[in-house]
This record gives sequence, structure tokens and C-alpha cells, in this order.
Amino acid sequence: MSQATLRIQKISGHAGSIPGEDMQRQEQVCKLVDTTTCIGCKACEIACQEWNDLPFATTSFDNTYQTMPHTEWNFWNLIKFNEHPKPDGGFMWLMRKDQCMHCADPGCLAACPSDGAIVQYANGIVDFQQDHCIGCGYCITGCPFNIPKFNPTTKRVYKCTLCSDRVSNGLEPACIKACPTGCLHFGTKDDMLDLAHKRANQLREHYGFENAGVYDPPGVGGTGVIYVLHDATQPEAYGGLPANPSIPWVVRLWKTPLKYLGNLAMLGGLVGVTLHYLRFGPKTVKDDRVEKEL
Amino acid sequence: MSTSAVLPSDRTRGNSDDRILRYSFGDRLMHWIAGLSYVYMLATGLAFWSPYLFWIADLVGGGPVARFWHPWVGLLWFAGVLWMFTAWRSDMRTTAADREWAKHIGDYIRNEDENLPPIGRFNIGQKQFFWIMFYGGIALVLSGVAMWFVNDIPWDWRWLRYAAVLIHVVSALLTIGAFIIHVYMGTAMVRGGFTSIIRGEVSGSWARMHHRLWYEQVTGRRLRKPGDA
Repeated sequence: MSQATLRIQKISGHAGSIPGEDMQRQEQVCKLVDTTTCIGCKACEIACQEWNDLPFATTSFDNTYQTMPHTEWNFWNLIKFNEHPKPDGGFMWLMRKDQCMHCADPGCLAACPSDGAIVQYANGIVDFQQDHCIGCGYCITGCPFNIPKFNPTTKRVYKCTLCSDRVSNGLEPACIKACPTGCLHFGTKDDMLDLAHKRANQLREHYGFENAGVYDPPGVGGTGVIYVLHDATQPEAYGGLPANPSIPWVVRLWKTPLKYLGNLAMLGGLVGVTLHYLRFGPKTVKDDRVEKEL
Repeated sequence: MSTSAVLPSDRTRGNSDDRILRYSFGDRLMHWIAGLSYVYMLATGLAFWSPYLFWIADLVGGGPVARFWHPWVGLLWFAGVLWMFTAWRSDMRTTAADREWAKHIGDYIRNEDENLPPIGRFNIGQKQFFWIMFYGGIALVLSGVAMWFVNDIPWDWRWLRYAAVLIHVVSALLTIGAFIIHVYMGTAMVRGGFTSIIRGEVSGSWARMHHRLWYEQVTGRRLRKPGDA
């Protein structure tokens, strides 16, 4: 979803420095999802499909109201449903809007080998540029939230753009606009954090949710989508929201120390055989036909 | 076996060195299926490995094209490796003569080949290269298939995504190291080696110098030991 008007601060698979990096500071944009006021109406799902002009995605029933098991290449915004047992024997419905988290430290971008296939704009939006995507799926391995999905027909990977086309024109993302309960908010990261903490405080003090809190995981440098949870100590209960997400250590190892070691080893091999040739030269066979047979 | 044939070539008969068939047409075909497809895998793999080498992908049709063909050519490469495995497996077992030869590896590196004990069709370095490519190939194919279909690996099995990347990278690097040495030795260092894998033949002198026991086996002749008067 290319948006040339947005300033870029990180580029995947890019050799050398990033043009225009740190030239201009911008406010970080952020979505706030208050799971405590979500009613699971799925208006955001439909708004996402409509605005992004995504083809119909096949639904599958799993004994909950959830549309499908996880996001798909043509379904970027999914309400995850969980019937959560309470200590008193009853249960409560946990509903969480799942989509790309727009990490400050994006694992997809770190893993991507293709120049410019994934960019992070100066406002914090992480966006896939399908024009430059080669379809290797490394981003799928790099993502700690199981978000990017491969389209086998176009052989490109897709995910939520945080409606970068709308945001760059001063509009809120489509999901925010569609929400009827006001559980979705959009604004600067500072404002959304402030609002989220106020709401969490309210939940703790007035609604008896002692563990209510804000989900803005530091392992990925914070996210461009933050949640208010009734119980911030159990994020996994909200459709598998990871408690301490970070870029997988294998991806970190692969992209930095292993790359340097590997390059050093390959260069060392080339230098080694060259030195051997210069020092010892070729093995030549001398004609030994005078040798008599026994 | 076909390699046991001695070829008295018409153009060299009489006053020239005898020519011995070292690699049959099938040997050469399987070697070059694996060799050329490995070069493609290496080039495209390096393009995906480092942004500073991504230009290689442009040389072979662009990133998406390289990404499309990399796994398929990889299967072709592995087919070549498996073919070599079926054909050469018995020749690739380490023997007592190899172990004795390996003690003199320094002489081999310094091109002091007159100090080396006689060996069979392949030396221990060639055998180790073969096994690195065979086991490396298994690791590359298994991890490569997982990377190919990463989108279909369930989230609960995501350790498999991570393991695949790590195994693919480490085994690729191991085969690259072996490949550098193999290409250097086959083209620049061991004269006559490259011709043998193209035309199939080596000279009698070449065979006696590098693979004396194999020479005796395929010709049925027995040679004096180098030190004998």
C-alpha cells in the first residue's frame, strides 16, 4: 500500500543509509483498543474489508463468534473471542481486535531481505510495499504476533496498513471510524497512552478489575496499537496475545552475528585458497611412463 | 563398472600416455546437474542473505523470480546429490589407506605428493566433501521446505519456522565453505581434475600420481612402490 507522501524512517533489506532518516520528527500515531468496552460487533472487520477493498474471506466456525482462526492475507482485522472462566465459576467474554501491532522495532522489517518491501514511516506505521515484496515469507518468521500472511496467487505478503492512505490524509483508520461503542480510539501515542492509563485506573478503582492495565509491550519497543485489558497479567487469555513479545532470537542471531560470521568465513575461504595458490601453486602431474610394471 | 575401462585413444595410441575413463557420462551429468544448480542456489541464496548482495537477484530476473525458482532448483540440486549418492556411495567410504593418507595431509597441501601413500578412486578430502554435500543437502532440503511453506506452519509450531531458518543458514554456510575449496581444487589446484569431470578421462600418469590404488584396480596392473629401485 504505497504512500509516497509519508516520510520513511526504516527500510527493509536496505544497503547503506536511509535517505532522509531523522530529517524530520513526527508524532507517533497509535490505535487504542479498549477491550473492556468492545461488544464484538465486528463493525471494524467489515470497515477494514470495505476500505481496503479486500476480496471476501472464507469464514470458519469454531464454536465461538470468531470469524476465522487467525488473520488472513485478505482479512487484516479479526476480533478474537474467548470465553474466560472466572474464579467464582462464571465466565466472561474477552474480545480483542487483532491486527498488525505496528511495532516500534518490527520483526518483519528486520527479517525482510528485499530492499524497501517493508517500510516504517516517521509516524510509526509499518507498511508492506507489495511492489517490492518477493514473497519469501521471512516476515512471517520475524513477526512475534503471527500477523503477515502469504497470498499464494500473487505470491506477496499482506497485513494491516493502519490505513496509511487515510492517515496520510488526516483521517482515522477505517476500523476506528466504524466502532459504535467508542472502544477504538486513534491519535498520537502520547495521547493514547494517557487515555489508556486513565481508563485502566478507572477499571481498577471503580469496577473491581484489580489487574486492569495497558498493553504496550517493551520487548518490541512499544507498539502502534495498544490495549486496555481487564487483566493485564494474563494477556494470553485475550486470544493468545503474547505476554512478552520480542523479535525471535533466531531472527536476531541470523540477521546480525551469524551474518557477520558467515561473511567473514566466506571471505576467509576465498582469501585462503588464493593464498594457497600464490604460495604453493598447482599440482602438476609429471609424465611417469618410464615406470616399469611389475 | 564402466570406470574400469581403459581407453586406448586413437590419437594418443603408441607414443603417448594412456587415457583412463575416470567419470562416465552419467557421472559427469549428475555432477553438473548438481554443480550448476548449486551455483544458482548460491547466487540467489546470497541475494536473500545480504542487502549488499541483493543485486544478484536482479541479474537472474529480479527478486520475485529468484524467490520463485530457488526452491525448485534446490530440488533439482538435491536430485543430483541423491543420484551421486546412489552411484558413488560405495566409493566414498573411508578406508585404511585414506586414514594413512590423511596423516600426510600437510604434504598434500604443500604439493609434496611424492610423500603420500597410495589411495583409491577418491581421497579423503573428496569423500568429506561428498558427505558434507549429502548431509548438508538433507538439512537444506528439509529446512528449505519448511521455509517454502512457512505460511502453512501453525503458530503453535512456530519453533519450526525458527529452526528452519537457523538450520538453512548454518548448513548453507558449511556447504559454501566446502564448495569454495572444491571449486578451487577442481579448477586451479589439481591440474587435470577439471578436464576429467568435463571429458571423463585422465592420463595414466595423473591416475598413478593421485589415485594409485584405483589405477591398479581399473587397469589390473600392479605398480612398484615409489621408493623401490
